[in-house]
Amino acid sequence: MSQNISIPSTSLSSRNKIHPQKFMLWMGIGSICMMFAGLTSAYIVKRNQGNWLEFNIPVYFWYSTLVIMLSSITIQFAVKAFKERAMQKYKALVTITAILGIVFSYLQWVGFSFLNNHGIQLIGRGSNPAASFLFVIMLLHIAHVIGGVMALLIIFFKAFSSKIKTYSSISIELAATYWHFVDLLWIYLLIFFYLIK
Amino acid sequence: MSNEVLHAHAEALTVHGDHHEHHHQETFISKYVFSQDHKMIAKQFLITGMVWAVLGGLMSVLFRLQLGYPDAHFTWLEDILGKWWVKDGRITPEAYYALVTTHGTVLVFFVLTAGLSGTFANFLIPLQIGARDMASPFMNMLSYWFFFTASIVMISSMFVETGPFSGGWTAYPPLSALGSASPGSKTGMDLWLIAMALFVVSSLLGGLNYIATVLNMRTKGMSMTRLPLTIWALFFTAVLGVLSFPVLFSGFILLIFDRNFGTSFYLSDIYVNGVGALQNEGGSAILFQHLFWFLGHPEVYIILLPAMGMVSEILSTNARKPIFGYMAMVGSMFAIAVLAFLVWAHHMFVTGLNPFLGSVFVLLTLLIAVPSAIKVFNWLTTLWKGNIRFTPGMLFAIGFVSLFISGGLTGIYLGNSALDIHLHDTYFVIAHFHIVMGVASMFGMFAGIYHWFPKMYGRYLNNTMAYIHFWITLVGAYLIFWPMHYEGLAGMPRRYYDYSTWESFKQFADLNKFISIVAMIVFATQILFLFNFFYSIFKGRIVTKQNPWNSNTLEWTAPIRPGHGNWPGEIPEVHRWAYDYGKDGKEFIPQTTPVGAEESQH
Ligand code: HEM
Ligand SMILES: [Cu+2]
Repeated sequence: MSQNISIPSTSLSSRNKIHPQKFMLWMGIGSICMMFAGLTSAYIVKRNQGNWLEFNIPVYFWYSTLVIMLSSITIQFAVKAFKERAMQKYKALVTITAILGIVFSYLQWVGFSFLNNHGIQLIGRGSNPAASFLFVIMLLHIAHVIGGVMALLIIFFKAFSSKIKTYSSISIELAATYWHFVDLLWIYLLIFFYLIK
Repeated sequence: MSNEVLHAHAEALTVHGDHHEHHHQETFISKYVFSQDHKMIAKQFLITGMVWAVLGGLMSVLFRLQLGYPDAHFTWLEDILGKWWVKDGRITPEAYYALVTTHGTVLVFFVLTAGLSGTFANFLIPLQIGARDMASPFMNMLSYWFFFTASIVMISSMFVETGPFSGGWTAYPPLSALGSASPGSKTGMDLWLIAMALFVVSSLLGGLNYIATVLNMRTKGMSMTRLPLTIWALFFTAVLGVLSFPVLFSGFILLIFDRNFGTSFYLSDIYVNGVGALQNEGGSAILFQHLFWFLGHPEVYIILLPAMGMVSEILSTNARKPIFGYMAMVGSMFAIAVLAFLVWAHHMFVTGLNPFLGSVFVLLTLLIAVPSAIKVFNWLTTLWKGNIRFTPGMLFAIGFVSLFISGGLTGIYLGNSALDIHLHDTYFVIAHFHIVMGVASMFGMFAGIYHWFPKMYGRYLNNTMAYIHFWITLVGAYLIFWPMHYEGLAGMPRRYYDYSTWESFKQFADLNKFISIVAMIVFATQILFLFNFFYSIFKGRIVTKQNPWNSNTLEWTAPIRPGHGNWPGEIPEVHRWAYDYGKDGKEFIPQTTPVGAEESQH
């Protein structure tokens, strides 16, 4: 193992470059943005072609927005706690963040049922693409939130189960960056669905 | 900070900590199967791609049999392939469309995307920029195994009862969205979609890695402007993939919902024979075309750019001359990469696109001719008065240039929205994209294989077989695809099962037979190449020179059979660009040679 360090890594140590994994995360984020850009542009194109159902978004989506914004704050504190080695606090904050992520997804789901119960069919026979678009785009976003929750769980258990203590905060920093991204992505989607219906 | 960086770097290197001095415990599984060595992963991509090339090629031979001999009965085929595929000695219409579809999908995505950039990005990026491996060897391994799984799913679709997907590689709805519309849109299409989704994941994992590696892992002195053009090309390829595959993915997701969850994104007012009118209302099939071609057009450059990069490198090395216009080459690749995102609607001129919008896309499409022409000009001027060594790799590189010119010119016809009304969906299109994208990129790939085989396996390929392979393939490619221009100009549509029943296309019966015969000969010649490849891995002439082509790039400073980690000692430092050939009376000056005091400007 010590030999690894001795391998001259000219490319990295000599230059002050962005961490490769962080860099990769940013590119991954760019790639996810392209997917949602594709979907929201498809939404606009389809909307302009008519046969489009207009409806208001349910209030639950505003509640979920509050929840996900709150979780962005808690994860930021978790990073801080980790760096200060306040592990008890860190543990609690990561747990809260993960729970908030799940609450967010649940609220989105409640919003879906609300729409369904009020005559706006999301999928299936007779559904209008306007509602289906909302459902599919939001579902994909929820999938990304759940992915973030799983990443948090993995980091969480890794940090406490492994014998080797890691002092690198890189994993939690990556998770936090990703978490803020899904948060912002949701806010974009909310504004999008609010303004363009 | 620096501590953390070192830590992460060590993490990336743990797998190959002791590649020298110590004996490394490597099992068969970790060395050949779940390898994290970029060179092994490259070989896995290459060989999987070759298997697909054989299958895809065989499919084209089968459907060419139908096109060339529409009245013949090949009863022996029935015994080999079974009743679903061949009935009464003739390829069934369902099988014909399934073959065409799988042929297109497989060659575009599995052979010329995964097989081409998967192989050469993996092999060349770390070796040519001076890195021990990719930024994340683990993700790199995942990328291959996602591709492998996609391959298995795609193959399995050949064996389901209703047959593989049969709606063309573009998978346009409504046909692809409605299982009731055709047997090929049932289970086969589900498997096709799963395979393609896995493929997209594989491409993204690979692409992210290639970009991170090129930007972060270059050795000391290897500034971006000293990178070999291969690396620039592979870099732009990865950027295109990372930005466009997610859009295709979103198109697929909507398609999956239409297929399985009763939504109407792409469907409206449809009547299916035997089923009746469908309830779906409000969708638009054209929407899928937008999402598909937003990837689809960049995809042709994802296929072409790696070939362009390798060809630039091989031409310069074997002409013993610096590449002409290095910065113009980089700039034109950049221009191509940007324009690639702005021209997708040229595939949709006849979908009822607003004619004004159409004219904007005509302009943008024709603009691509500018960077393309710059590249061609630079290749030709690199060859001009060169001291050319006609190695097999060089021949294929020159062949690439020839094909790129011939195929590119017909692109100018197709880029005109008015001409496209006549040419769309005819054999003219088939001729165009096969020459400019299909065969040209194949030539780039062959050039790469012939040139880097000694580095990959420490042995040479047999030259005699290579020359036979080259000449028959080049002449054959032109003989197959050139006549298709005439058929297309006469209005002969693509994807049809039998042209002999049309009065206007009866005149092409002999021509079609001729094309089919040449296609079979060309296919047989590829078997010769395969034989050469596998024979030479084990029995080829052993490489004894570290730098057999007297080349400047870094991979030739590594040992003849590099271990995991590539260089046993320190990674060499770079002092110059890769193209100092014939400078100051020296034959070649490797990138590792420091700049001398009396050296002329570089
Ligand atoms: C010996 C070599 C090849 C022959 C003889 C051949 C022949 C053909 C023919 C005749 C068609 C049109 C079938 C039809 O529309 O009815 C076709 C379609 C196609 N080929 Fe090839 N091909 C060859 C190699 C390749 C390569 C290297 C590529 C890679 C780009 C490729 C990609 C495609 C695609 C994308 C289609 C369109 C499939 C569709 O319509 O959905 N082919 N091929
Ligand atoms: Cu195009």
